[in-house]
Parts: sequence; C-alpha cells; structure tokens
Amino acid sequence: MIEVKDIFFTYPNNVKALKGVSLNIREGDFVAIMGQNGAGKTTLVKHFNGLLKPTKGAVIVNGVDTREESVAKLSRGVGFVFQNPDNQLFCETVEEEVAFALRNFGFEDKIVQKRVEWAINLLGLAKHRQSSPFMLSGGERKRVALASVLAWNPDVVILDEPTIGQDYKQKEKLRQFIVQLNAQGKTVVVVTHDVEFVAECNPRVVLMAQGEIVVDGDAKHVLTNAKLVTKASIVPPQISQIFMGLTDLGLPIDIIDVYEARDILLDFLGGDL
Amino acid sequence: MDDILCESRTVNKTLAIINTLDLKYTYPGGTAPSLVDVSLTIGKGDYVILTGPSGCGKTTLCRCLNGLIPHFYSGKLEGEIEVASLMVPEHSIYELARHVGLVFQNPENQLFALSVEKDVAFGLENLGMPREDMRARVDWALQMTGIYDLRERAPHELSGGQQQRVAIACVLAMKPDIMVLDEPTSFLDPLGAQKIFEVIGDLNKKLGITVILVEHRLDLASEYANHVIVMDEGKVVLDGKPLDVFDSESARLIGVGIPKATRLYQALRQGGVHLDRVPVNSQEATLLLQEVLTRDRG
Repeated sequence: MIEVKDIFFTYPNNVKALKGVSLNIREGDFVAIMGQNGAGKTTLVKHFNGLLKPTKGAVIVNGVDTREESVAKLSRGVGFVFQNPDNQLFCETVEEEVAFALRNFGFEDKIVQKRVEWAINLLGLAKHRQSSPFMLSGGERKRVALASVLAWNPDVVILDEPTIGQDYKQKEKLRQFIVQLNAQGKTVVVVTHDVEFVAECNPRVVLMAQGEIVVDGDAKHVLTNAKLVTKASIVPPQISQIFMGLTDLGLPIDIIDVYEARDILLDFLGGDL
Repeated sequence: MDDILCESRTVNKTLAIINTLDLKYTYPGGTAPSLVDVSLTIGKGDYVILTGPSGCGKTTLCRCLNGLIPHFYSGKLEGEIEVASLMVPEHSIYELARHVGLVFQNPENQLFALSVEKDVAFGLENLGMPREDMRARVDWALQMTGIYDLRERAPHELSGGQQQRVAIACVLAMKPDIMVLDEPTSFLDPLGAQKIFEVIGDLNKKLGITVILVEHRLDLASEYANHVIVMDEGKVVLDGKPLDVFDSESARLIGVGIPKATRLYQALRQGGVHLDRVPVNSQEATLLLQEVLTRDRG
C-alpha cells in the first residue's frame, strides 16, 4: 500500500529531517508512529500523500511513485488530518467545512449531504453544524478536521496527533472508531505522543528518533522496552511502569493493558482467594 | 455535586486565594451559559488539576481568573469572583496580571522576541522595573525553569518543550501568586511533558505559587496535585483530593481520564483484591502491589 524506500528529506533551511527511512505499510495495517518532538514523524507521514517529496529515495503509494502524481490525486486515497486544526479549517460553518472536499472531489449533492450527515454524527458534532469552526473549543475543532477528511472515505487515513485536547470520552470514541475503520479494511496511520492511547489501541508501533526508525514492532513489545522508549523520549505506559517494578516476583514485563494486568495479578494471588 | 467529596476537602477560607460564588457567564452571542453556578475555593499554595470533557468550561473559567472575562470578552457575568483579594470585575487585566500568570497551550502564540531573555524581560519592561532588578529577575526565572543556558537563543529555534519552558519563565518573572496553565504539554512528547510538570511542581513546592493546571492527561500530571476539580457542561461536578476524585463513580461516568494505576486498583477490587490505598501514579501502585503480592504469598 505505502512503500517507503530508504528516503532522505532535507528542508530548505538544511535541517535533515529524515536520514534513510524504510517502511512498508500494508493494506489494513494500523500503525502508530511515535517519537520525540522533531524526530521526523510528521515529515515522514507528509510523504504518504505527496505533500513532501523525498530528497533521495522513493515513496510508492498504491504502485504510484509520489513524485509523479499530484497531491490532489494522491489525497483521494490518502486522507490527512493535520495536527493543528487551525491549519486546515476555513469555512464559515462546520457543515460547509465537512462538505468542502467532497464538492471538490465532484461528488453529487445528494451524496455530499449524506456523507456530511454521517461524518458529523459520527464525531458528535450535530449540535454545532451551523456554528463557525472558530467558535468551537480546541477539541471540537479537532473533530471537525477529522470529520472533513473521513467524509470522503479515503483508503488510508493519516491522523497527526489526533488525541491532543481530546477528553477521555472522545479518545475512547476515537479509539473505537479507528478500530472499526481498521476492521473494515482501512489502513490507519496515527502520529502520536500519547502512550496511554497507544497502549489501549495496541497497534504496530514505529518508534523514531532523530530522523531514523529505532524500532518497528508490536505496541506490547516496543512500549515495554525501557531503553528504546527512553531513546525516543517516550515514557512507558503506566501499567508497564508498574510491572517493571514487579519483575522480582517473576511477573512478565510486557504488559500494557489494565485488564491483562488484572488477570495476571489475580492469577498470581489465585491460591489465596 | 458529590457531597462526600466536598466534605473530604476542607479549605480554610482565610487561606483561600481564589473564591467564586455562583459564578455564571455567557459569551456574547452565546445561547447557553458557559459557566453555571460555579462555587469554588482554592487554597493558597494548592496545586489544582482542572479537568473535564472538551467544551466543559475549563478555559472559560481560566479566563475569569485573570480578568480576560469580563474585561476583554464582554458577555454576561453574574455571581462573585475574588482572586488574590481582588474582586475581578472591579480590577483591570493589568492589575490582575501582576497576581495571575497565564501560560497557553501552544507557546508559539506567546513568544515573539529574538532572544529568550528578551522575551522573559518583556513583561518586566512593561512594569517599568529598573534595569538591574530586571536583570536579576530574568536570570532567576531562567534558572528556576532550567533554561539559563538557552538565554541567548531565538525562541523559534527551540524545541516545543524548551519553548514551553520559556513561556513559563516569562510568566514566572512577574512573580505571580497564581499560575494558570491551559494544557501546557499537549504539543510535547512525554519526556518533555514530564519535565514541564516537574518544573511546575517545583515552583509550587519551593515558591508556594498556587498552580491551576488544565489537563486531560492525568496519568502524567496527577502525582503533583493536591486538589482536583472536574467540570462538565459549565458546572463543577467533582471537587476534592486526587484519590477521592479519581476513585469516584461519577469521574468514570463523566469520562475523566482516570490514571491507569487507579483503574488497575479498581479492576483488582472487583476481583476481590484490596490494596491498602488508592494509587494515583505508577510508583504508588508498584509499592502497594509489592506489599500485597509478597504478603499473600507468605
């Protein structure tokens, strides 16, 4: 689906943001790209819909080299939700905002209406449909940006820091929603710092530091490796921190889920209950 | 409101630094009030986490604390609000700013000078402080926030975490009694965020600055706080000590992001295992579990 072949990227101010990154994202993958501020995460995913073209190396999306295709065409298949919704929103009402791309892609009015309705309800924005996006709270604006991309139903959805400013309920909805999208065969790429969110989603994790990929594996294994996560300026999830302190008792270390943790502890204490 | 929680927390009103009574506010053109009958007491030296679903009124409440409401945002404000012994509607933003410092979510919105120390000095220049005093105050603020070495760098060249520390230093240089931070770490990686929480925790502990931290990521923030306020739909719905608030049924129902350590405690309790206390961070949980696991093993 997305093949990244040993890419390098240098910004015009000579900052070398990517230094030889190779990555293969398959159809239906759910990948979290994690790492410290400035590690190159956003630079990397901006290559997935052709917003940036590699200085060296190649990115192949659905068999097409991104250097040979327009961003407009690529984004029909690869939807990108930006980190800061203010970089994305500009219409006068939430409804228009969500309809904008659909109209641009040339969908019929009837379908536009249906899709807008669907996306607005999905993200709990119904009561704000006539509001100006700029009157909404930060978390709400973030959801408008998300709705406007999901509305055109791209095969790949890239979410840059989707949980910023979201409360727990919204995060839980987002998680269920991503899991659902993924179950329908969509490819989901999330760029995030939010370890607890990743621990709950349990996706494939690509950890980056200083323009390179440090490790690529299951969340369970990556996030419980104290050495690797520290290198990427990540703090292990709380459950994993707890279990790191219990290894003397012979308990496993690769635990990130609350309920798995409970079962293991209850099992351990089993005889006494 | 949850009565038990309110009783568990007794603040001596004479030591209060913020008092609100039936505070109600509607933005200009707003159809419904954004704050509804908010009555709060925050003690001097408290470290408060203010949390709740997005759009619940957290930021609006913060805007009342430094007078942006009602002096900058018009609209309709009812009830009473007293901050650092000043009735907010009767004092200008300029006066209030000397007592209440505000740090925004995105430091880029706050920094503009060509060097870190110029940015930190800006507020003091506005106060007309003599040069020597200003120099000393700037250096002190840079040291407290651990960015003295960055003083000659341009803020826009720094990392997000460094920029946020500059923003905190700018506010700290004014020596406020109260610091209000509106999701100051949401753009930072977890280690960067942890450093910011440590800096804020230090300012609270060493200097006695009252901290009001608006935050969703309670896993990282909760170990420093002694007071948690949860808002929902413009109202204060929970107000008490962290462990009482996190372990309450209402917190779960409102959708507060209860720390995983507390969640594990609850899950174990359902399974019949009781830890001695409610842990709010991983260190506490580890210690409590070590006790139970070694004891019950014999």
